[in-house]
Amino acid sequence: MSKLNPNYENSFWHHFSQWVKGEYNPIDGQLEMNAPDKEVFGDEKIHYVHLHIVKTQNYNERMFEEGIARNIRRFTGLYRILGVLVALFMICLLLWTVNYLPQFGDPNAPENNEVAERYIEKGLEETGAVNIVTGMILDYRAFDTFGESCVLFVASCCVLVLLRVDKDDNPDSRAREDMEDRHYEPKNDMILQRVADFLVPLIIIFGIYVVLNGHISPGGGFSGGAIIGSGLILYLTAYGFEKTRHFMNERVIKTLTVCALTFYCFAKSYSFYTGANHLHSVITPGTPGNILSAGLIVYLNICVGIVVACTMYSFYTLFRKGGI
Amino acid sequence: MTNLRIILLIFLIICAIAVSFSRNLLVSIVIYMAFSLIMAIVWLILESPDLAITEAAVGAGVTSILFFVTLKKIRSIHTTAEEDKDE
Amino acid sequence: MGSFLTNYEEVAAVILFVIGMANLLLQPNLIKKIIGLDVMDAAVYLFLAAKGYIEGRTAPIVVDGILDAEHYINPIPAGLVLTGIVVSVSVSALMMALTISLYREYHTLNLDEIMMKLRKEEE
Repeated sequence: MSKLNPNYENSFWHHFSQWVKGEYNPIDGQLEMNAPDKEVFGDEKIHYVHLHIVKTQNYNERMFEEGIARNIRRFTGLYRILGVLVALFMICLLLWTVNYLPQFGDPNAPENNEVAERYIEKGLEETGAVNIVTGMILDYRAFDTFGESCVLFVASCCVLVLLRVDKDDNPDSRAREDMEDRHYEPKNDMILQRVADFLVPLIIIFGIYVVLNGHISPGGGFSGGAIIGSGLILYLTAYGFEKTRHFMNERVIKTLTVCALTFYCFAKSYSFYTGANHLHSVITPGTPGNILSAGLIVYLNICVGIVVACTMYSFYTLFRKGGI
Repeated sequence: MTNLRIILLIFLIICAIAVSFSRNLLVSIVIYMAFSLIMAIVWLILESPDLAITEAAVGAGVTSILFFVTLKKIRSIHTTAEEDKDE
Repeated sequence: MGSFLTNYEEVAAVILFVIGMANLLLQPNLIKKIIGLDVMDAAVYLFLAAKGYIEGRTAPIVVDGILDAEHYINPIPAGLVLTGIVVSVSVSALMMALTISLYREYHTLNLDEIMMKLRKEEE
């Protein structure tokens, strides 16, 4: 294994470390691609040599490609067999593990411990949220949800970097994007527009309802934001970018997302200054069951909903034409 | 109720296998959409309505739309590349 | 040997996980790889939510002011999975954006062909 070994170049560990570093590919490991033997044509006439070299070069290239193809075929065959074996091994192992799990629906299983009990028994009193899941993810674990909103924001930024077509740089590619966008789609489809007239307000109002009622019924910022985002996507599909550009352009999306994230950050960071005892210090939980209860949870839900809706809408527009 | 649970789980597995064996990409995306919808019903049976509403909006809605847009984009890139080659 | 025949959800989750993993390993097509990863995600969420379910109890939404832990299922897996579902969407959107860029560069969705073209470019 040490590099002092004179045969290190040929040792297994050398090949292995090269393979790990990516310098060596098992596909073209030992190819039949030795250089043509020059001495064989040593005494031939020049033009004949030239012809022969060209011929051998072609022959070598063909041999080279055939060698690659044969190696790749062998490699993929081996790879497939190994993949199936790994999958079978995995399924046996996991099924064996399932065998030792506690019964389905068992109240005394180890995961139903005092943490869940505490959340259920004290949750309504401490957070004011009737829906215990919402109270948990937006009050006890609010930083987790903040991180997740940031993940969404970063993901939309990454898609922007990957798919964006700049306005100033190359007008040709922008025109090409527009042409590609209209390939499989009629421009102003009558049926779609009439249906969208009827459905889009309903979908968006339902989304707002789900966001605002996140603490008293199933739902919340994530699902409501996704519903609002799909309503916007339907409107965009029916009416095109000229109509949506008035109220959902890049500036609006940027401002909304950044404002929502900043408000979330400050609303939860003040507990650092109040000594981590933020539950009743500034905003009281209110009467459970009202819309304006549960302290900050309503506002945090609205923030999360805005971030999710903007992210979904910007994903769609970026995929379609490379710009918001 | 147990029978319904078993039937839904078998549907899930059938959908997951059909995704990998269908030739057409559009078909496999539609099957994935059905997979997400069945998943939403399974969440409802497991007494997690929050997850059901999120899965129906996000998994069956937005993810499938993004898959469709990706496929459309790829096909239009393909057609423009062919047209460029013809010229 | 007890819980194998009654834990339907866990068994289905394991099978779905392996199907998704086989998709990731064996499919050359990039879009099917992404779907395979989503199936794996769904399997993990199904496993978690099945562990949180308790027979005969209702969803963790307080009804009629009953604040007894004996009355509701475990809310922790639901909270975890809720976070996971939305993250998995952004992951698949990012992977689809990468797929589009790869297709624009190499005009194929087959990963093996992309590797071949990459190797040819290197030489």
